[in-house]
Amino acid sequence: MSDAALRAALAQDARRARLLWALLAGLIALFAVSILVGRYPQPGVLPWWRLAEDDLALRLVFNLRIPRLLAALLLGMTLSAAGLVLQSLFGNPLVEPGFLGVSQGAAFGAAFAIVFLSSTALVTQASAAAFALAGLGLSYALARRLRFGGWVLRLVLAGIAVSALFSAGVGLLKYIADPLTQLPEITFWLLGSLASITWPRLLNALPAVLAGLTILLLLRWRLNVLSLSEQTAFSLGSAPGRERLVLIVAAVVPTAAMIAISGIVGWIGLIVPHIARRIFNADTRFGMPAAILIGGIFAVACDNAARTLLAGEIPLGILTSLLGALIFLGLMTAQQIRARP
Amino acid sequence: MSDAVLCFDAVTFGYRRDHPPILREVSFALHAGRVLAVVGPNGAGKTTLLAIALGWLRPWRGEVWLDGRPIRTYPRDARGRWLAIVPQSEHTPFDYTVLEYVLMGRAPHLPPLGIPGPEDYRIAMHALEQVGIAALADHAVPTLSGGERQLMLLARALAQQPKVLLLDEPTAHLDLHNKARLIEIVRALRAQGLAVMMTNHEPEVVLAVADDVLLMAAGQPALSGPAEQVFTEAALRRIYQLPIRLVEIDGRRHAIWT
Repeated sequence: MSDAALRAALAQDARRARLLWALLAGLIALFAVSILVGRYPQPGVLPWWRLAEDDLALRLVFNLRIPRLLAALLLGMTLSAAGLVLQSLFGNPLVEPGFLGVSQGAAFGAAFAIVFLSSTALVTQASAAAFALAGLGLSYALARRLRFGGWVLRLVLAGIAVSALFSAGVGLLKYIADPLTQLPEITFWLLGSLASITWPRLLNALPAVLAGLTILLLLRWRLNVLSLSEQTAFSLGSAPGRERLVLIVAAVVPTAAMIAISGIVGWIGLIVPHIARRIFNADTRFGMPAAILIGGIFAVACDNAARTLLAGEIPLGILTSLLGALIFLGLMTAQQIRARP
Repeated sequence: MSDAVLCFDAVTFGYRRDHPPILREVSFALHAGRVLAVVGPNGAGKTTLLAIALGWLRPWRGEVWLDGRPIRTYPRDARGRWLAIVPQSEHTPFDYTVLEYVLMGRAPHLPPLGIPGPEDYRIAMHALEQVGIAALADHAVPTLSGGERQLMLLARALAQQPKVLLLDEPTAHLDLHNKARLIEIVRALRAQGLAVMMTNHEPEVVLAVADDVLLMAAGQPALSGPAEQVFTEAALRRIYQLPIRLVEIDGRRHAIWT
């Protein structure tokens, strides 16, 4: 009887592993097709043989589309993985990766650069990344100062307070920004877009992103244990404080690096972990790679739509919010009741 | 006795330094193959005592010895292989299956980057069989009843293959059938040589399974020793301040009060 249950459990794991490989194959196929999707020479798919004949097409693909697609891919992967980590650690399915002062910190940094510094893309990126990390550091320092509540509650409260401070700062900067030149730029940044991605900007973010994703993938099963209460995680032989800090840094630092080049792209980090859990169950051993793959697919697909649907670019953040919120509503209302024998 | 695995040596502990301590100079020993029941009114510090035994809370003064070494000197994974705790209840926000949840008990046996393998699955499944809920292996944790959940937490602790098992009110959510089963399980674990320490409010359970008893009451020195010497009418009347009688019905002892 229990042998059968054991075999069933192992078979289910094998099924989930196969599904992950299928997702990976789907992601690679989508990525390959996306390289040819765009509005050159006309909206639709660029015939691949033109790459050999048309020099402009070749340069367009290598200098614009490929870095942009990679950015979309890494953005989706990072936000989804970070969202899964934070949702698991805080035991709260409504937490998203920009939480802990990161998103609002980045927004403030970008607005600050646009208003006060020379508003080249690189300066904006550096300023956004610096303030995103400052937001994280401030939240963490504040959480250590708070004198009540558990560690998780203190981080949540500190994150809310720091986010509010930075968002007030963004409001102030918008108010004093030049309404003809600076304000539109701030607004566009806040909507999130990958339109200005170049190879150098992508490569700046790459080390943090690859290191973070690698750590999160390696700790994918351990994350289960660390999502339990602190005392229980301790009784299972972990050092919850230290190991959770490693996970949070590995999740949030790449998020800051990606937000700095993409602007605020909402909902991916909230919705993709939900989809991953719905398909793969709560076990983060499968949930983590699943969230990374689904996040990549979601972001690449949304960015394809963002740059193809209209002659002008649709900000990516608007599309991900629209789609994400619709999927979220769908998931919440179609709560299936699992039949139990 | 020389086979004491867990030893409290004059442990004093409180949560706030500006208040008097909750535990004052508590000393007792837990032996392999014996069951120690910690008995006392609410607020006497029983759960705190378990957290100290686990190494989670550090005493102000005194020392907790695990197998002849201070527990604070153990590496964290080694401690997880020695000691397991079954909390009263646990919040689980996500839909883990029972087997996935019990598999987490294998964590102290795996390196930090490890993933459970087929052997870990076998051990987790065996633990579920031991507590009698193997049929629930693929059920989602939130669909379980309170009693089933408590048995699942016990299975997770058994998957740790500990030598010392700490149980916090293990019968609190259990119906009569499961209560009888829990007593059977604890007896079987004792026969396997585990040292079991449990807090319990139910005199029947204590009388049925405890070899040793630690009596605690706020403001009184803790008293420990063999159950028949410590768990007496006089002692129960003193700590609960009720006219309690211990009576024997069909060869089993019960506590009644009027």
